[in-house]
Amino acid sequence: MEIVGKRFADSEYFISELMYSGEILRGITDMVKPRLAEETDFKRLGKVVMGTVAGDIHDIGKNIVVFMLDVNGFEVYDLGVDVPAQKFVDKIKESGAPIVGLSGFLTLAYDSMKQTVEAIKNAGLRDKVKVMIGGGQITEQVMKYTGADAYGKDAMVGVSLAKKWTGAE
Amino acid sequence: MEKQWEELSSDEKQEALFQRWLSPEGVEFASPEAEKLYKERVTRIKDAIQLKKLPDRVPVLLIPSFFPAFYAGMTPLEVMYDSEKANMAWEKFYLDIQPDGHFGCVAPGPGRFFDILDYKLYKWPGHGVSPEHTYQCLEGEYMKADEYDAFIQDPSYFFTTTYLPRIFGALEPFKMLPNLTVVAEMYGAGGTFIPYGLPEVQAAYKALLEAGSEALKWGGYCAAFNKEMAESGFPACQAGFTKAPFDTLGDTLRGTKGIMVDMYRQPGKLLQAMEAITPFWIKKGISEAIGAGNPLIFIPLHKGADGFLSDEQFKTFYWPYLKKIILGLVDEGVVPFCWAEGGYNTRLEVIRDLPKGKTIWLFDIVDIAKAKEALDGIACVSGTMPMDLLTIGRPQDVKDHVKKCIDTAGKGGGYIMANGAFFDDVKPENVRAMVDFTKEYGVYK
Repeated sequence: MEIVGKRFADSEYFISELMYSGEILRGITDMVKPRLAEETDFKRLGKVVMGTVAGDIHDIGKNIVVFMLDVNGFEVYDLGVDVPAQKFVDKIKESGAPIVGLSGFLTLAYDSMKQTVEAIKNAGLRDKVKVMIGGGQITEQVMKYTGADAYGKDAMVGVSLAKKWTGAE
Repeated sequence: MEKQWEELSSDEKQEALFQRWLSPEGVEFASPEAEKLYKERVTRIKDAIQLKKLPDRVPVLLIPSFFPAFYAGMTPLEVMYDSEKANMAWEKFYLDIQPDGHFGCVAPGPGRFFDILDYKLYKWPGHGVSPEHTYQCLEGEYMKADEYDAFIQDPSYFFTTTYLPRIFGALEPFKMLPNLTVVAEMYGAGGTFIPYGLPEVQAAYKALLEAGSEALKWGGYCAAFNKEMAESGFPACQAGFTKAPFDTLGDTLRGTKGIMVDMYRQPGKLLQAMEAITPFWIKKGISEAIGAGNPLIFIPLHKGADGFLSDEQFKTFYWPYLKKIILGLVDEGVVPFCWAEGGYNTRLEVIRDLPKGKTIWLFDIVDIAKAKEALDGIACVSGTMPMDLLTIGRPQDVKDHVKKCIDTAGKGGGYIMANGAFFDDVKPENVRAMVDFTKEYGVYK
């Protein structure tokens, strides 16, 4: 999957290939899992809290990022869609994850992202986490508006950011 | 003697539809000024589309999502359930901001219709989404991977007895309905209709009748809105809509993941299914345009955007069927108004393969200079006002973007200024700046 990710980052592969690879991997996992004596415990690169922000229920982009982070060795806490700011805060506290990914497709998500970043700040966690945002209408201007640390145009940018922030790269 | 519709060439049909649009039936203009503005606006848009004459200036269109509700201080919930309020809000928006046309007041409803049928495909205000937010699609595999044969053999029966029961809770009993294509002689006819006597099926039909009444009521408001807007001088820029076959299957039947996997696992079936539904979507567009006396048929494009498909996949699965839809409409004088949502930089070379002066291409995210270069002399280019500028930018940022678009795509005509994606709660001063500055800067001398 690392090769798939790299090819995607190089525009050799597209969402079609990512989703198909994911489907193949899921098939293999389903076959192999029952035969494994126990879960092999391997070291994860780091923890990431992910979710689509409040008011937005779109999850295709978010799911691709979660998947790519997972296969690249991150432990991802996927909070799902329409996630209230407080839920992000609670999960950061509970997991100690140093990275938060906020997803959103609607322009209404701009404000939800901003409010989520503010909630993280008000909980005294802002200097403990890096925040990345992504979605169809997310730009550098939106990143500045929300107070996030970075934004990604696609899933592999998210993986690169997470690797950079955890010192894995 | 006047030629019959069937005897006209596609150019003549297009001209005839433009003429009907220019002189709408049953519209009594509020004032000579309103009539003058209406005709100027239609002519301006027509010139930008046909690429024969330079328009007097760059037309400017606004295609809002729920912005008019927010602008009028209402919630999406209110306008979805109260068509009178919706009409008020949408009229206020168009009359205040004064773009060159309108897109109807169809987005916000009818809420009760969806309640009655227990719609499962979307969440909407009060049903899984807060009153202040807009409706959103719940993607899923509403058609299963092994249902292609049933779909291809008889799309209408598949829709009635498999798809509709999945997306409308109240129509679940439709699963029991017979296929009426086998009604023949007296012998056996009665038997075919037995399911209609079942209490569950009858209850489903009662819900359907009630929902139909709601739709009709709402449709009356939509028609009244269109009439009032025309009388005030604003032409409707959308007679109806159709879809690209790949999006039809990928958006609301197989879902994104489903259709992506199908391209690898059952490409033949996918192609056959798209072939099967293409005529339905061509007919829909034609009948809506001819019914409304307006050539513009919207085609929102989704899954052919940059990044979704490889070039090869786009050329194999997406474009051939979209092109069939476009050409099928163009043949009947209809003007496909394609809205490429998302990025389209990598598709420009492919979509050039179209007859001249017959289509509009509204882009969301594209290098506008490259789009103009690719479609120059082929199609009217439109769009690209970005959502981030409208939402959090300043009026000056908006004006800078308008200037950039007019300087590049506006050259020699063939460009319509428009927003790149549907907009909700953006800054009104930015929307105003977009329209006012296009009118000021976009004049052809």
